[in-house]
Amino acid sequence: MPFSLILSRALSALVTLFGVMVVVFVLVRVAPGDPISMMIAPGATDADIAALRAHYGLDLPVWQQFWIWFGQVLHGNLGTSISMKQGVITIIGQRLPATLELAIFALAMAVVWGGFIALVSTAWRGAWVERLIDNFNGIMLAVPDFIWGLAFVLVLGVLAPVLPISGRSDPSIDAGLTTQFYILEGLLRGKFAFVWDVLKHMLLPACALAFPLAAVIGRVLKNTMMDVMVQDYITLARIKGLSSLRILLQEALRNAAVPALALTGVQFTFLIGGTVITERIFSYPGIGNLAIDAVINRDLPLIQGLVLTFGIIFITVNMLVDALTVWLNPRLRHA
Amino acid sequence: MSPVIDIRNLSARTAAGPILRDVSLPVNAGEVMALVGESGAGKSTIAKAVLGILPAGIKVTGGNIFFEGADLLALTPAGLRELLGVRIALIPQDPLTSLNPARRIGDQLTDGLRLRAGMNFRAAWDKALGLLNDVHIREPEQVLKRYPHELSGGMRQRVLIAQAFSLNPHVIIADEPTTALDVTVQKQVLRLIRDMQRERKTTLLFVTHDLGVVAQICDRMTVLYGGKVLEQGATAEILRNPRSPYTKALLAASPRYDQPEQSLKPVPEALIAELKREIGA
Repeated sequence: MPFSLILSRALSALVTLFGVMVVVFVLVRVAPGDPISMMIAPGATDADIAALRAHYGLDLPVWQQFWIWFGQVLHGNLGTSISMKQGVITIIGQRLPATLELAIFALAMAVVWGGFIALVSTAWRGAWVERLIDNFNGIMLAVPDFIWGLAFVLVLGVLAPVLPISGRSDPSIDAGLTTQFYILEGLLRGKFAFVWDVLKHMLLPACALAFPLAAVIGRVLKNTMMDVMVQDYITLARIKGLSSLRILLQEALRNAAVPALALTGVQFTFLIGGTVITERIFSYPGIGNLAIDAVINRDLPLIQGLVLTFGIIFITVNMLVDALTVWLNPRLRHA
Repeated sequence: MSPVIDIRNLSARTAAGPILRDVSLPVNAGEVMALVGESGAGKSTIAKAVLGILPAGIKVTGGNIFFEGADLLALTPAGLRELLGVRIALIPQDPLTSLNPARRIGDQLTDGLRLRAGMNFRAAWDKALGLLNDVHIREPEQVLKRYPHELSGGMRQRVLIAQAFSLNPHVIIADEPTTALDVTVQKQVLRLIRDMQRERKTTLLFVTHDLGVVAQICDRMTVLYGGKVLEQGATAEILRNPRSPYTKALLAASPRYDQPEQSLKPVPEALIAELKREIGA
């Protein structure tokens, strides 16, 4: 990709982030609910309340508050959480790895499962296998992530308790890790029993997040595969005597993946949004769960920090998708 | 000597009606046989039947396609796949859509060499360089590393010709290989196909609607109308002295380089009506 294109993408990403900051800052202040009223003890005087308000800078006009916060963010300071009395960056830094590992695990499941059903139904197109998968996929597509989550808790956690439905790992295991990247660090340190326990805790929330995405990937990839399978170069590959599997994977998949990839990127940001509810359902200690606590407590600096974090994740995902699209499609490389 | 490809009494139909009527077509070793006719005459259907890629809507209702003694129509898909690419190859019609846009020329050109002839990557790549030389592509090292969209239509057709000849097949089917090309490039590509065919003694089944092309490179020709063979024989003989009134009309409708001032005559309506009656369409 030419440098100017990268530069313009980066600039537009910064503009987007600034827009996100303005919107969330104004929104949390316009929304009903007051952080100070959550903090004061019964019997506090008006003077106490005013002092507290001034302490957090909430007595200033909104635009002035924004510029103070904006200046802090530029210096890498997201402020202090009102409810947890800790630096926002510290809190998010502790919780973000849990969400990243969950989201990436769910994405991997969705890509593998969605890709698998797309390839199988393309290989058996026109047969009962295709219709079966289409119908099955329709159900997966229609049910949202939080319904899957609740159903899993009920069926696999309560009725037939085969998998853990709460938390990130068994609290009785102390793996002695230094980072919050449990899977990554656990694998690097060879603590496989611990990683296995983390994966078991992750499986149900990841499935809840992955199922709708897998269905979308499966459907879109199958449609683009069908379009590709009637192209002349596929017919020629058949006449070259290449095997069906090779035609599917080597000739068709790469061409079909390009349009499917763009949609997967968009849908993955929905999946990250879905972590908010799903983490809550499974008491999973990530930033999604944290976001709900922050909203309940009217913890303005924490809400702002979290929304900014989600914004950065969304923008990063979109840029990665752009780069992957260019890599997969040689016609774009020199454009 | 028995023909390399011997199509006997081949009939096929779609839901709408018959599209091949009792077609017999022997192609002898080392010759170039033209299949001539307008759109819908059934020439592409014959080519597809030989390659086993008939669309789902077309059913063969009778006849055989013998290739070196074995009936292609009786083979299993796996049995046919053994022959395709190695003994029977195709030069496709449209070079712009027949190469995979996501794969390098070298990778596509060496598929057959690596997967069918069992060459390792290095040997196949070297062989591909030689093949590109054979089809007169300059700087073959660079071309092998390029993607299809970086080559012109003529270059791509040369690559596809190299690909078709790469495993020295006994038969190559050329499906209107020059219709998608500029007129100037057409002549070069035709000459190239003819030269390679002669050098390697490949049997060529050449599908075309262009009598000029037929005159230029084909030893024998078969004229089709409505899925029926109207005339079959040596090209020079038929062009000089056509027996079928339809062939005569086709010749009158074709431009001639030696008589540019002569105006073209469409095939008369009355003749078409008569032909349709004759074949029962």
